[in-house]
Formats: sequence, C-alpha cells, structure tokens
Amino acid sequence: MNKRSFTAPYIIWIIGGTLIPLAMMFYYGLTDESGTWTLQNILAIFEPGNLRALWKSLLYSAACTVVCLLLSYPIALILRNVKRAKGVIVFIFLLPMWVNFLLRTMAWQVLLEKGGVINGILSWIGLPKARLINTPGAIIMGMVYDFLPFMLLPINNVLSKVPNSLTEAAYDLGASKAQVITKVLLPLSVPGIVSGITMVFVPALTTFVISNMLGGGKILLIGNIIEQEFTVGDNWNLGAGLSIVMMIFILVSMAFIAKFDKKGEGLA
Amino acid sequence: MKKHSVLKKVYMAVIILFLYAPILTLMVLSFNEGRTMGKWTGFSLHWYEDMFADEDIMDALKNTVIIALVSAVVSTVIGTLFCLALPRLNSKMRSVFLALNNIPLLNADIVTGLSLMLMFVAFGITLSMGTVILAHITFCIPYVVLSVRPKVRQLGMTHYEAALDLGATPWVAFFKVVLPELRSGIFSGFLMAFTMSVDDFIVTHFTRGAGINTLSTMIYGQVRIGIRPTVYALSTIVFVVVFILLIASNVISGKSATVKARRKAES
Amino acid sequence: MKKRSLMCLILALSLLVCACAAPVEEGEERDSNYLYVYNYGTYIDPDVIDMFEEETGLTVVYDVFDTNEEMYPVISSGSVKYDVVCASEYTVEKLWKNGYLSEINLDNVPNFKYVNDICRQFAEQFDPGNKYSVPYNWGTVGILYNSRMIEEGEITKWSDLWKEEYFDEIMMMDSLRDIYVAPLCMLGYSINTTSEAEMREATDLLIKQKELVYSYKTDAIRDFLLNESAAIGQIYSGEALYCQEDDEDMVYVVPEEGSNIWFDCWVIPKNAQSQKNAELWIDFMLRPEIGFMTYEYVGYSTPNSATEEMIKEEYPEEIDNQALFPDQELVDNCEIFHFLGADVDRMYNNFWKELKAY
Repeated sequence: MNKRSFTAPYIIWIIGGTLIPLAMMFYYGLTDESGTWTLQNILAIFEPGNLRALWKSLLYSAACTVVCLLLSYPIALILRNVKRAKGVIVFIFLLPMWVNFLLRTMAWQVLLEKGGVINGILSWIGLPKARLINTPGAIIMGMVYDFLPFMLLPINNVLSKVPNSLTEAAYDLGASKAQVITKVLLPLSVPGIVSGITMVFVPALTTFVISNMLGGGKILLIGNIIEQEFTVGDNWNLGAGLSIVMMIFILVSMAFIAKFDKKGEGLA
Repeated sequence: MKKHSVLKKVYMAVIILFLYAPILTLMVLSFNEGRTMGKWTGFSLHWYEDMFADEDIMDALKNTVIIALVSAVVSTVIGTLFCLALPRLNSKMRSVFLALNNIPLLNADIVTGLSLMLMFVAFGITLSMGTVILAHITFCIPYVVLSVRPKVRQLGMTHYEAALDLGATPWVAFFKVVLPELRSGIFSGFLMAFTMSVDDFIVTHFTRGAGINTLSTMIYGQVRIGIRPTVYALSTIVFVVVFILLIASNVISGKSATVKARRKAES
Repeated sequence: MKKRSLMCLILALSLLVCACAAPVEEGEERDSNYLYVYNYGTYIDPDVIDMFEEETGLTVVYDVFDTNEEMYPVISSGSVKYDVVCASEYTVEKLWKNGYLSEINLDNVPNFKYVNDICRQFAEQFDPGNKYSVPYNWGTVGILYNSRMIEEGEITKWSDLWKEEYFDEIMMMDSLRDIYVAPLCMLGYSINTTSEAEMREATDLLIKQKELVYSYKTDAIRDFLLNESAAIGQIYSGEALYCQEDDEDMVYVVPEEGSNIWFDCWVIPKNAQSQKNAELWIDFMLRPEIGFMTYEYVGYSTPNSATEEMIKEEYPEEIDNQALFPDQELVDNCEIFHFLGADVDRMYNNFWKELKAY
C-alpha cells in the first residue's frame, strides 16, 4: 500500500472529470460559433437582460445569506446551552436536508400557489387570496428554506466547541449577556459564519431551479440565463461565457469572505 | 430568566415549523382523495397505489439507486486509494492535488454539469446513464477524500510497519490492519457520496441521456407539466425511508448521520 | 514530466471514452431492438407505446421535452441520439434546412394515404412533399378562459389579455415563438416578422403586460386554469379541449386578430440508430385507430382523414367545436411559423430574454 501509483485513478479522474471539462468551458466561452477567439461572450454580461439577471442574483442571494445568518445564529446560541438530548435536537434541524431538494422546493410551490394550501386556508377563514408565489419574496424564501441547514451547521459546530469556562470567565469579569455574545462568542464563531456564508451564497447565487419553480418564469436569475443559453437559446458559447463571469464572481466573493476569516482569527 | 426560556422555545418551535410544514403538507396531501392542492376532499390511499403502478416513478427510483450505488462505490475506491497514496507524495504535489480536490467542491453545480456536458459532446460521447454516473463520480470523489484523509493521517504508517515487522505480507497488513482502522472514514465517505448523488439534480439534468430519469429530474419534469399527487405519495415515502435510514446509520456508526452536512460545512 | 502528463491525458480520455462506449459494445442498449422517441410532454397515450412494443417487439425508450427551442440543441449537437422526434413546423424547417434530418421513405409509411388535405397543403410551406416530416397533430393557438370568473363572450381579442381587471389572472406561454403571437397579431404584424422595430414594439407590449401575468408556463397552463389559479390563459387548442372535458365552463377562442396554426410532425434525425424502426413508428401512429386513441388522450386535431370520420361518428357534438374542427375562415386567418434564419432567431431570443429578465 501507500504506493504512488494509487493516485493514478484519481489523477485520471481529476483530469478527465474536472480539468478537461473546465478547459472546454473556457474554450467555448472565449470563442464564437466559428471557433475564433473573442471576448464578446464575456462582455455580453453588460447587455441589459444579463446584467439585470446578475444583479438580481446577487441581491437575492445576499438577502438569502443574511436571513439565513440571522435565523441560524440564535438557534446555534440556544443549542449551545442545551444540555439534554442535544444530538436529537440537532438531528431534528438537519433531517429535512435529506429529503430530495426538488421535493422540498416543490412543497413550497404547493403551499404558495394561488390555488395552493396557504391560500386555501386563507379563503376558508374568509380572507382574500394573496399573491405569494412568483414574487422575489417566494424565491428568497425558497432559498432560505433549502440552504438554512448549511448556515446552521458550521456555526453550531464552532459555537459548541467554545468551552464554557471562557464564557463563565467573561461573566465573572462582569460582562453582561449581550457583551458575552458580541465580545466573546461572535468573534470566536467567525470561521463558522464564514464557511456558512460561502455554503449558502454560492448555491443561492447560481440556482436556476428555485427561481424556475417559485418564480413562475417571471424572474430570471443568472443561473436561468445560463441554463437557457444552453437549452432554448442554443448559444453554448454565450452560456459558457456567462458561466465564466459567474465563476469569477464566486471567486472574488470567496476571496473577499476569506479575508474576513483571517481578520476574525486574528481577533480570536 | 423564565420568560427568556419560553421565548427560546417559541423561537425554536417556529423554525422547526418552518422546516417541517412543507414536508408535512406533502404528506397530508398524499392522503387526499382529489388532486387539487388547496382543498381536502377526503382520505384515500389511491395515490400510493398509483405511485407503485407508475412506471416512470419506479424507473426513476431504480435509476437513482443504481447511479448512486455505482458512483458511490467507484468514488469511494478511487478516493480511498488516493488518500492512502497521499503521504508518499512530496508536499508540493500533495498541495496541488488537494487544491484540485477543492474545485468540484467549490464550483457551482451548474458549471460542473455544463462543463462535463460540453466535454462529452465535444468528444462525441452520446449522453446516457454512463455519462451521468461518470459525472456523479466526479463530484463525489472530493467528499470521500475529505472524510477518509483525516483517518489516514490519524493512523500514520506505524501500524502498517508494525504488521510488516511481525511478518505480515503487505496485502495482509493492508487488509487486516489498515483497512479496519479506516473503516468508519470509508463508510462515512461512501454514505456521503451516496447521498450527494441521490440529492443531485443539476449535474444529472445536463448529463442525462435519452429516457434516463432520476427522482430529481423526474420531479422537475412533472413540475413543468403539472404536479400529480403521486409525487406527494413519493415524497412521503422518501421522507420515511430517509428517517429510518438515518436512525439506523446513527445506531450503526455513531455520528455518521451528520457527516454529509458537517463535511460540507468544513469544505 | 511533460510527456507523462500527456500520457495521463490520453489515458484519462481513453478511460472516459471506454466507460461511455461500454453500453454500445455490449450491444444491449443500442441495437435495433430499441426505438428512441423524443416527444412533447403529455403528448401520447401510454397505451399506444405499449401496443407498439407488443406488436413490433421493439423496446421504446421514451423521452420528453417542453418546447421546440429546448429540443433543437439536443438534436443539433447530437448529444443524445433519437430515432424519431416530434417537432413543430418551423423547427422541422429549421432542422432540415440545417441538414439534421433524414428523408422519410414514404413507401415504408403506407398509412400516409390517410393524411388529410389541410395538412398536405400546409406542408408545402415548410416541408414540400413531406420529404422529411409526417404530421402527428395540428391545431391553433388561442385563449382559454373560465366563464365562472370572466363572463362568456367578454374575450374575443388578444388585446383582452392586456386588460388590467385581469391582474394576476393571466397565464402566458413560456415558449418563445408562441408568446409573441399575441402582441404581433395585436399590432397587425406577421408572426414571422424579421423587423427589429416590430419586435421591439411587441416586446414592449409584453413587458407592459408582465405585471398582470400570473406566470409563464407551457404545458402546466391547463392545470392552473383548471384549479382556478388563473382565469385566462394563452393555450394550444388541444389543451383547451382537454380542459373543457374536465370543466364545461372553459371557453376557447381564437382571437379575431388572427393567430398561429401549427403542425407537429414526426421527423427522423440524421444520427438515428434505426431509420427502419422510426418509419415503423411513424406508420403505426398514422393508423386510424391509433389516431383515435391519440385524439382521445391528447385532444388535438388529427391529420388523419379516417380518424376524423371516427371522431365525428363517436362525438357528433364536437363537429362544431372550433378547437377541434376549425372552419375555413378561421384557418385562413391563421399563419404558420417559419424558420427565419439564425440571425433572426438570435434577435428573437434576445428580445425574449429581455422580457423574461425584466
């Protein structure tokens, strides 16, 4: 064992499954149909439709990330102090994540549709029907629902590792509860927050499924635009070019977030 | 203090309600006689009968399991071999490989799926179940590496060398000493690969061939044509199976149930 | 080092190719015992497939798509190989003009004799002599509304879909060419316009309408209308008939400004595995009794003159139904779509994207 040749299948797979495909993506993105090199597919991001979709994606995924953070941080704080059956409670929070992602999103469609469950209940108690689905709110909510556990888990992991002696020391030194949270726990949990943010932000930024299912075709995100260029638009070069732009955005935002992480660790 | 703990409980309850309401709704609707989603028209089990009689759903279920099993097994083997060989590489090579390992993890699914499709088409490979499996192996391997590598590092070389010193052949030493020590890591890697594969929609969507549907792509297709309540029945069954499997795997290997998410969190 | 990485590359490629080619060599999936069919969603009676399998001993691998635009790149890139594909007239035209279709040998399709005059006449416009395509269904695009929510007779024109009183009750097709039928007809332009200025106007109209629209869907529109999620929607004639069967209060109108008449046809892609099997399928679908089953399931107008007689005999009340047997005046008021060339396609697509992203 421990032979270097053991890496061979892995290397083959990395080359065939990751590097060559990515190279193909760049090749398509940087050429036009006739195969000549061009930047027009990259610059196409500045066309109004594409730009608007990218802007919406950034906006919605940022909103989703913030909501996820605001919802899950208190849960993690509460979970920290749970003594009995903590494993079970964490399990309860994570269980929905194992149900197929499309089923979960479809469930919201069933709930929010005008002829759906929530409106059914509303009209049953005599209230007018509300416009719930096919709105930005529905999409952001779907994102929050699908990605919340990805935020909760890392934060919970980090927070539950903070020794109680540390917070007790802070109390002994006269810190208030709020101060313990902001001055002790929050700085210590920055790495968890950072990995939570990346895990929520990237899939939210690139989704096309949630916006399709809960947006009624009225709201296009950058993921939808890319998917459409590869399907109905039949312009693979453009789709690949926009994918490259999206990758760049992800890389930049991750670098940005990673910088925060370092600062956070410095503080800790 | 008392007031606070009530507030906490209410908050937790609201979040849990938010997490479970959609799933419970589907479960309730699966027993609804009619097919409209907003109205309860009476209890019935006939959507379950229809579901088991529905060839599309059964095919999708079969495909999902086949694809997940094959890609989990292959990616576990490849990933484990790689982890075993890693300590033998010089540090520069090692860091290059580990960086490469992160690409599929950090890449958006849509890019992974589309780039694989571009490659298949460019090389004239007809999309089929085979291409889906290849694609799934690609995004599963990094998860296996993530869960096996810490175990290999923990183990180090000493056990293996001790076995050799005591007269074991390399193969015997590997199977009798090393492998049992890595078992839990390999198992959780396998489990993670399996669940990632089952849960995937986007990569499958772009790499699937004629008539190949997994549960995810089938549901996506249905949503566009019009949801039938057989899918509600299906989701109820999926939920129950997941629940049982998770409890079982919790019992078998301690914490492996939270492995998928935790690994993803650490990536 | 360079040499080694090159070796790795070659190795990787050959591995991938082998892995993918494996099923081919096994001869399991890819020999002529199979027929790969690519069709619209909910566009065939599943029993028909079973009957075909039973009679011919072939296994049908059946796959569906939503719109022509989604199907076209699959065929043109060859990423998936199908034996027989269902395509609308303008896509038939696009496919054969770009060289992606095999000629159908009509000697192997004796049932072609049943094809009625209207289909043969219109075929001259997109596939002269039915060299590449054999019709499967045809129909019109119109408006369906729920007369419990909107008074019967209220709706006669495309412009009714722009009335503010129908806020959040309107459904439009999530399909490029189809959705533009409404504004183009309203403005009095051809649905095959190649003028950027006309498309600009049409797009602006659709953008104006967007706030009123509940959602853009294609096949699902009928479900939304049936469960009263929306009151009025753009729809294909056959879907309208399906809805009327479920709910008598559904009213179908072909707007007076004119509309689109369409023909969905079977075609055989160049990269088909078995032309013979494909022709067997096409001939089978043209049998009068199979046409009747198809009619009962999908509810579209049939190209088959013998099937037409069967329908009239079985459902005499439908003879006057304009969704099923449109009269000559209505047909004359309708236009088929044409393939307009790659540049115009691109222009349409950009406008459509602008609308959807707005």
